[in-house]
Amino acid sequence: MTATAESPAVGEVKAMQVTLRILRSKPEGSDEHAPGEQYWQEFQVEAHATDRVLDALHKIKWEQDGSLAFRRSCAHGVCGSDAMRINARNRLACKTLLKDLNPAKPIIVEPIKGLPVEKDLIVDMEPFFASYREIMPFLMTTGSAPTRERLQSPEERQRFDDTTKCIMCAACTTSCPVFWTDGQYFGPQAIVGAHRFIFDSRDEGQWDRLEILNDKAGVWKCRTAFNCTEACPRGIEVTKAISEVKHALTTGEI
Amino acid sequence: MTHHEYDVVIVGAGGAGMRAALESSQRARTAVLTKLYPTRSHTGAAQGGMAAALANVEDDNAEWHVFDTIKGGDYLVDQDAAEILCNEAIDAVLDLEKMGLPFNRTPDGKVDQRRFGGHTRNHGEAAVRRACYSADRTGHMILQTLYQQCIKQEVEFFNEYYVLDLILDKDPQAAAPGEDVSVAGVVALELSTGEIHTFRAKSVIFATGGAGKVFKTTSNAHTLTGDGMGIALGAGLPLEDMEFFQFHPTGLAGLGILLSEAARGEGGILRNSEGERFMERYAPTIKDLAPRDMVARAMANEVREGRGAGPHKDYVLLDLTHLEPAHIDEKLPDITEFARTYLGVEPYTEPVPVYPTAHYAMGGIPTTVQGEVLRNNTDTVKGLYAAGECACVSVHGANRLGTNSLLDINVFGRRAGIAAAEHAVATAEAAAFPDDAAARVEGIVTRLLATVGGSGTERVAEVRKALQETMDRNVQVFRDAASLEEATRVVAELKERYKDVAIHDRGQRFNTDLLEAIELGFLLEIAEVVVAGALARQESRGGHYREDFPTRDDEKFMHHTMAYATGEGVRLDTKPVVVTKYQPMERKY
Ligand SMILES: Cc1cc2nc3c(=O)[nH]c(=O)nc-3n(C[C@H](O)[C@H](O)[C@H](O)COP(=O)(O)OP(=O)(O)OC[C@H]3O[C@@H](n4cnc5c(N)ncnc54)[C@H](O)[C@@H]3O)c2cc1C
Ligand code: SF4
Ligand code: FES
Repeated sequence: MTATAESPAVGEVKAMQVTLRILRSKPEGSDEHAPGEQYWQEFQVEAHATDRVLDALHKIKWEQDGSLAFRRSCAHGVCGSDAMRINARNRLACKTLLKDLNPAKPIIVEPIKGLPVEKDLIVDMEPFFASYREIMPFLMTTGSAPTRERLQSPEERQRFDDTTKCIMCAACTTSCPVFWTDGQYFGPQAIVGAHRFIFDSRDEGQWDRLEILNDKAGVWKCRTAFNCTEACPRGIEVTKAISEVKHALTTGEI
Repeated sequence: MTHHEYDVVIVGAGGAGMRAALESSQRARTAVLTKLYPTRSHTGAAQGGMAAALANVEDDNAEWHVFDTIKGGDYLVDQDAAEILCNEAIDAVLDLEKMGLPFNRTPDGKVDQRRFGGHTRNHGEAAVRRACYSADRTGHMILQTLYQQCIKQEVEFFNEYYVLDLILDKDPQAAAPGEDVSVAGVVALELSTGEIHTFRAKSVIFATGGAGKVFKTTSNAHTLTGDGMGIALGAGLPLEDMEFFQFHPTGLAGLGILLSEAARGEGGILRNSEGERFMERYAPTIKDLAPRDMVARAMANEVREGRGAGPHKDYVLLDLTHLEPAHIDEKLPDITEFARTYLGVEPYTEPVPVYPTAHYAMGGIPTTVQGEVLRNNTDTVKGLYAAGECACVSVHGANRLGTNSLLDINVFGRRAGIAAAEHAVATAEAAAFPDDAAARVEGIVTRLLATVGGSGTERVAEVRKALQETMDRNVQVFRDAASLEEATRVVAELKERYKDVAIHDRGQRFNTDLLEAIELGFLLEIAEVVVAGALARQESRGGHYREDFPTRDDEKFMHHTMAYATGEGVRLDTKPVVVTKYQPMERKY
């Protein structure tokens, strides 16, 4: 007898035709397009309502056009690779199901905005990571470390829980109108990254970080547009984190 | 082609690679090459916890942890390595806490601990709370914390550099026993430009993670294609115990996305279509918290005997509905969100459909407890190290216990980092790239370019799909001679078809089409080794279950498998298991 049951499918979902309209670009160009020129291309794929946008992109890549370029890894919303603009909103392709979009209309897929496009949906993430590095995103302590763990109460731990969830997908930063137009602004993610340490009871570097965020590229650029909070696939209250940092700066209290 | 010289080159920036980098970069000039941005590594997907007998919430000690690890691994564990793992566990957790890792806390402010499968008090008496955790995102916190420390230490990363080949100064199979074989460096493809880079180094550490994508239903990322294992095999090095693959009981049915064992650690119960808590029949003492291989088989068996749930009776149910929603939100926020997002199921009120998913490679590149890579049962390759899921020390034996891998990457990542740096410091000069290395590198380049836009007629995606389907059908929870022979035949056929794959992207930059083709090559090589090992091992042990040989056979098979790639296919050899204190016993829970 043979071994195992095929891996199961939950219920049966009918297949449907969906159209994806993708903003593409080829660094080396092609017969029709200059190097780096952005152009739209439509693809039709057969998909299920419960499929992710990432599944549809894979179908295109695997069955129709192998040159379509995008980043992805985990496929379930935890690695932060595949933030893209889907129907004019920043989302993770692997966390967006077709049924939550209107599959009767073409699904518009573009690279996230404000970072240099490298190829199709791939952007240069280096400026984004550079802003993160600026805010000294590591625990800073003085004195000698205890032999066992540093103590922290569950309440103290809860204080910064929200911002520990960040997966650095850049959905927030690249949805921020200030970030798009102002070449200096660190962007929301860097402030989220700083918040995670500023409100950690074990950390002693909060004032160094707050000084950095008080700078001209820092928190005061935020116009509270709330785009970032809406974009965050981890449900982090980004705007709230930013206002807590602002509050700490104005009152001197953490 | 650009050439670089370093003391230490680390391939991979997951938990193992970055833990190694933190040690190595303090001692020697270190470069970390990674095909993904470090924070994209799949360590970040780990959920439930990291084991250490801190005894913060109840009586526990390292010796019980050692015993559980060995018994959980069905006695194929090298016991000296397990002792190191469990003894160093406590410092590994405390180190991470000092680096800033936000563990969940007890009311008195200590690192909190929870139950996990196979971890017991006093040699099996009852489940013990040993897993240190941060909600159900422990791996995320480990990855973030290690990355943050790497930023602090200014570790030099080469992000989105894909390592293609390992250069040794001699063919490790042609070299005589005892003869020195040394590492010379690696060859990498810079994804953003398509340029080839050579890195010469005194020490190289492989930390490239797992190979779950040989299967269709898996908790592993698209990028977990066993590159490091495939490269080692191609360089003439053996792979150890590859037939032992862990199928995690609770993948979301049909998708394979993992729901951590922490769900059961926090009180979740598995039920069949009759609502029965069936694990009571299979493991009366620890029930749902039995080791994964036992639970996965029990589930598959329930389905096979017609007690599966759902319209096709092809999954079982993970019931969390008796837990307080507030408790679920606090302890299991992410995995319950996965159930909502991907299956549309509300775990507060509905049980979640689950089925075993390919999860973890117990086998890998054989190493000593210092992380040195073995080229046969006794000789190491000078300057070459491996750690993490791509390596086999072997602390997991035939079945890994949950929370022991996050531990493994920290303990042996650290050890490999120190050993590699010390070797580099003690070595005056790196081995020269051998004469044929340049030709080999050029060979790689021309081979790659030839495939691009070539006349191939096969699609990467189709060959890969056929591979994954045959592996799921024939080499999953239950195996037998017929299914394994079928898999052997299909894999051989697919290897032929692979020679004819076409790359459709003609560009140099971010040619992910080309990348997927290279990854498929590694998957095929690894699948062949997995199947060969499984066919030869005519017994059932841990994650490897043969229906035609349903019991463990210590007389014939109490040894590791060492697989070598040769021109004529896979050659299998054996390696003794290191036994210190614990004689094999029947595995009952
Ligand atoms: C969903 C899930 C949940 C888990 N939960 C737990 C848990 O709760 N507790 C536990 O102990 N274990 C858990 N595990 C297992 C554990 O997370 C992994 O075994 C471990 O994180 C592997 O770490 P690693 O550093 O070896 O590899 P990874 O983190 O996978 O990193 C691999 C690295 O290698 C790089 N790489 C790969 N190939 C190449 C190449 N060719 N060139 C350059 N770079 C390359 C990648 O870029 C990446 O940086 C879980 C696993 C999964 C999948
Ligand atoms: S805060 Fe949210 S949106 Fe911004 S990078 Fe982090 S996870 Fe992404
Ligand atoms: S692929 Fe990892 S977040 Fe989408």
